[in-house]
Amino acid sequence: MSEAAVLSPTDVDAASARKRGTWRFVRRNPTLVGGMLILILIATIALIAPLIAGDPVAMKPANRLKAPSEMHWFGTDHLGRDVWARTVYGARISLVVGLTVAAISMAIGLFIGLLAGFIKVVESVVMRLMDGLMAIPAILLAIALVSLTKASVIVVIAAILIPEIPRVVRLVRSVVLTVREQPYVEAAVASGTRLPKILRRHILPATLPPLIVQATYIAASAILIEAALSFLGAGTPPEIPTWGNMIASSRIYLGLAPWTIFCPGLALALVVLAVNLVGDGLRDRLDPRLARRM
Amino acid sequence: MLAFIIRRLASTVLVMALVGVFIFLLLHLSPGDAAAIIAGDNATGEQIASIRKSLGLDDPLHVQFWRWAARVLVGDLGISIFSNVPVATLIGQRIWPTLSLSFTTIVLAVTLAVGAGVLAAWKAGSWIDRVVMILSVVSFSVPVFVVGYVLIYVFAITLRWLPVQGYTPIAEGLWPWARHLVLPSVALGLAYVALIARITRTAMLDVLAEDYMRTARAKGVATGPMLFKHALKSAGVPIVTVIGIGIALLIGGVVITETVFNIPGIGRLVVDAIAKRDYPIIQGVILLFSGVYVIVNLLVDLSYSLLDPRIRY
Repeated sequence: MSEAAVLSPTDVDAASARKRGTWRFVRRNPTLVGGMLILILIATIALIAPLIAGDPVAMKPANRLKAPSEMHWFGTDHLGRDVWARTVYGARISLVVGLTVAAISMAIGLFIGLLAGFIKVVESVVMRLMDGLMAIPAILLAIALVSLTKASVIVVIAAILIPEIPRVVRLVRSVVLTVREQPYVEAAVASGTRLPKILRRHILPATLPPLIVQATYIAASAILIEAALSFLGAGTPPEIPTWGNMIASSRIYLGLAPWTIFCPGLALALVVLAVNLVGDGLRDRLDPRLARRM
Repeated sequence: MLAFIIRRLASTVLVMALVGVFIFLLLHLSPGDAAAIIAGDNATGEQIASIRKSLGLDDPLHVQFWRWAARVLVGDLGISIFSNVPVATLIGQRIWPTLSLSFTTIVLAVTLAVGAGVLAAWKAGSWIDRVVMILSVVSFSVPVFVVGYVLIYVFAITLRWLPVQGYTPIAEGLWPWARHLVLPSVALGLAYVALIARITRTAMLDVLAEDYMRTARAKGVATGPMLFKHALKSAGVPIVTVIGIGIALLIGGVVITETVFNIPGIGRLVVDAIAKRDYPIIQGVILLFSGVYVIVNLLVDLSYSLLDPRIRY
């Protein structure tokens, strides 16, 4: 008789305790869990898009501006394209842009911010540059950067990324400035620990919680800016189905076929709301100091 | 105080100078030969070369920068590639719709947001508080153009209460002017309301917990004056700060709102310029908007000591 097959009473207790623990976590963090669930749902839909939606670019001129029906859940647009398929595929671009911009701006901002917080010469130069960059409204800077080259997803990501970097640098630097006065950092310096190790072992961990919170807000704003750029005709090429492009190409049909605008608009608002909820939830958990201030 | 103002002014000048360098480099990096564009399609190589020489495009970069900066400082933003009209003139023609929209939006948003924030803080924990907070998270997540189209669909197309789009100068009457600005201001102001309402609530919560608020209530100050005269004034610094920071949000939103509602302002000017790759216009408008943002935040910093006499520099 194998012992592993028998469940002892303590195992059952542990399992139900874990269940209770999960439930308590959900009850205490409704925004975090709610936002996460919406995001997971939308990410799944985006991943399995080919299985649940037809061709997002196939045109059927005979089927123009049809209202939502069993055939076309979200109706069709002015070229007879299926709005449901386009909305589903549009989620891919939005999520990719949000994630990439958040990840890269975090990495670059962390690197510059750590250096600026610890090396005086770097600080004065870098922080002035960041002040200058931050004075240019993000959407306008992104518009200008996109207008320099041919529009593509990579260019759009870079254009959204650059205005976000100063925000991360400032945050990281402000954390570094407070942490580096701590006795444990002084002790490390006094005992001759080299700078890279101090940064990695003592400073970096303190910057991560507020940085993760900031990264979610950056993801939300990146998704909004990408949609705005596409909407203004300064974003991803119009043949790619993104929510901004869909709204831009359908706007003159608002009175005839409101679903062509409201479906991608609702999807956009839902994703941004979910990311913001996750950000608020993380902030309450990771950064109680900030949570009280907001 | 004077020392602070001078220091703050100096840093403002420095920031604007940096903005200038960025924008100059941006234009310089733009593809296409400005001389070739101006010369037209049938120009010979020699003609292009002479135009390039007359424009000073052969000079070293820093020489070109100083020449450009000197012109910008006297208000010369260059000439539009397509319409051949000075950019400053184009901006001047388009400035009134943009100023109107910004003005009505700021007035509407600040009134609404401060009111909602004070109410939420006063009734903290109640359903009013919760509704205000939920609305502020939601309205911060819905993009300007989606709000705009929903408003147009409901109030202009279905109910026919307000015009779908366009702009009427104030010279043609206050009512026609205001009618065209209601929906754009609400659409543009929504995210701004969310931002300010949240900060107002938090700042008010801090102040309402102070001893002197209890004293005020004990000596019989009525609720209205207590909230708006005593508490709101003490809570002013963070609120004014976020109003200033939010101007960046508003500027980005103006560009989008003017496109949605077909308002012939500076935002539309720059959007049309993107389509035509008219770089001098793009550059001029970014410079203008950045300048506005920097100056607003300078004023915000300087206003602190007026709001809170404890702040001394």
